Amino acid sequence: MIDFIGKKYWFFIVSAIVIVPSILSLAIFGLKPGVDFSSGTALTLHFGNEVELSQLREGLAKLGYDRVVVQPAGEGDFFVRLQEISSEESKKLKDGLETELGSTIEITSLYSVSPTIAAGTVRNTAIAIIVASIGILLYISFAFRKMPKPIRWGICAIAAICHDLLIVIGIFSILGWATGLEIDALFVTGVLAVVGVSVNNIVVVFDRIRDNLRRGVSRSFGVTVNCGITESVGRSLNTGLATLFVIVALYLFGGVTTHNLVLALLIGIATGIYSSLCIAGQLLAVWERGK
Amino acid sequence: MSRNTFLLVVILVLFGFCLWAILPNSKVFGREGFKLGLDLRGGSHLVYEADLSKKDPAQTDAEVIEGVKRKIERRVNAYGVTEPVVQTIQNERGNFVLVQLPGVKDIDEAIKLIGQTAQLDFKEQKLDEQGNPVLDEQGNPEWVIAKGVGEDGQERELTGKYFKPNAAVVLSPQTNEPEVAFEWDHEGAILFEQVTQRNLNKPLGIFLDNTLISAPIVRAVIKERGIIEGLTVDEARLLAIQLNSGALDVPMKVVERRDVGATLGEDSLRKSLYAGIAGTVLVILFMIIYYRVSGLVACLALVVYGLFNLAIFKLIPVVLTLPGIAGFIVSIGMGVDGNVLVAERLKEELRGGRSLGAAIEEGFRRSWTAIWDANITVFIACAVLYWLGNQFGNFMVMGFATTLFIGTALSMFTQVVVTRTFLRTVVSSRMATSSSAYGVWK
Repeated sequence: MIDFIGKKYWFFIVSAIVIVPSILSLAIFGLKPGVDFSSGTALTLHFGNEVELSQLREGLAKLGYDRVVVQPAGEGDFFVRLQEISSEESKKLKDGLETELGSTIEITSLYSVSPTIAAGTVRNTAIAIIVASIGILLYISFAFRKMPKPIRWGICAIAAICHDLLIVIGIFSILGWATGLEIDALFVTGVLAVVGVSVNNIVVVFDRIRDNLRRGVSRSFGVTVNCGITESVGRSLNTGLATLFVIVALYLFGGVTTHNLVLALLIGIATGIYSSLCIAGQLLAVWERGK
Repeated sequence: MSRNTFLLVVILVLFGFCLWAILPNSKVFGREGFKLGLDLRGGSHLVYEADLSKKDPAQTDAEVIEGVKRKIERRVNAYGVTEPVVQTIQNERGNFVLVQLPGVKDIDEAIKLIGQTAQLDFKEQKLDEQGNPVLDEQGNPEWVIAKGVGEDGQERELTGKYFKPNAAVVLSPQTNEPEVAFEWDHEGAILFEQVTQRNLNKPLGIFLDNTLISAPIVRAVIKERGIIEGLTVDEARLLAIQLNSGALDVPMKVVERRDVGATLGEDSLRKSLYAGIAGTVLVILFMIIYYRVSGLVACLALVVYGLFNLAIFKLIPVVLTLPGIAGFIVSIGMGVDGNVLVAERLKEELRGGRSLGAAIEEGFRRSWTAIWDANITVFIACAVLYWLGNQFGNFMVMGFATTLFIGTALSMFTQVVVTRTFLRTVVSSRMATSSSAYGVWK
């Protein structure tokens, strides 16, 4: 039997090594808000002829758009992010760039959000995450109501979820700083889905521990928890791998639109496997012994 | 017939039905094809905010928004959009009308058509005491709204409100220029007669949203009909649609817009399909190699699961979006989960020395609590996500929540009913009896 409980502090240290930079990055750089949160217009332009990034930037500056984010998006496509513009302005921008750069342009996608909409989005997202956490805490406390101190199980589960979320959000923050990755409504979707999947993993492990407690596997709480975790290793790794297979496939072949959603899931599910085996049960054991 | 055989027959019948349902052959049960969201078929998603400070105080907010929505619907339908969506969203952030236009080519034109108030006013020139037109600082004549006395003796302003909804674009026989021909309703005819009488041989200004579009000289007293000139063909076409649907009661402004080109949509659809196929094949290989017979059975159950899922998407119907497909693909991963749980339990029970049949029953019985508890939490997350998407009016977020929810619910059903029935069948048929066939190595 693997000693999951005995090595708990090693696991906590490993987590800390990832979480501390995440928190630092969040504190220093924060997240780069996309148009969903900060309002503005995001365009994907497809050019008929070859156009350099610097040319495009110059062309935009000549049209009066100097505070823009321009990124190449492959195969003659560019992603342009600027302040909110109206439909007339976007037409002018297209015509202006066409004459400026001597290439036909197709606006393959346009996303525009005004400040009225963006302001509520941040607040609603915060509400959603809080409501989801409370809902899960309540449900787990209910599901483990026959155990001594059911709230404790719920809180340990929430702590393990926060662990996963901090890593996901932290990595997005680091990527935002390093590569300009912006977060959007689909990132939020990914984060909430991570909450669902993480809890799923934790519950399976907790269920085993509950089962072992009922059957009275050992008089020591630590040993009982360790049994539960060991018995879940096969399941957690295999389910995790199977889910990761499909997500990696989505990440590699699935197109740009869902990129943020899939990346959040990818990181979240990987850390979820770890936290369900190496964090959640250990927290329970530490809390029990601390009493 | 034993209970297991009965279940097997039910599953096969359902399977056949679902297979029939997703094949795009006839129109029964909405079988035309899957409903695709804007991000997959291309089109425009628009959210208009209503400026209710300009509303008629006699009406409630809800009435105004409903009225605007109906008029926008008429405009969109007259413009020739297939399967448009027009919805009102009222929340503490404001009053919005959401419009989805799949497959529209000229989105800028459509935005103008939908959001323009299209208030048509008739105005006469302001005259001084000598009967000469009053000019403003730039030397342009000043206009005052033309009024007449209605049938009930009340004074009324002459506006496009009194048009019959049959305005049409015609070409002028003299100039061959496009014009909008309209007819007055009963009240309008009474007012127009007075106005034309008063303004004989003088210009009558026609204003669209306070912009002068033409000022013809009145040559005769007219009652029933009239024309509006001075427009391009496209302008005339849009104006005719707007006049027939009625002027919007309050000004509207675009606050959110998402356009997806048709090619990008097709491309995304193709990529998601590849991703789904690649992911599923990997999962199937993994399950069969690792869990042998249980894995094979799980994969068969997974195929049934996938088919049921697609059939539900089609029959409800669920509008498929890119994140929605991602949700479906993720739920395939989750669907495997229950099967893995059961297969693992089964291995343990076999190692513990139970007979195959007993091991299966025990394996299922003891994995059930985990499957149930774990999936409920996913439901909680889905419900919150759906609410959030609804608040945003974000069809993508809602799409993900919907498919993940359906997928998770259905995976519980497949794990409990389908996988178990298949496994029992395998055991009772004695097709695979050694425990190594279930991944247990002695």
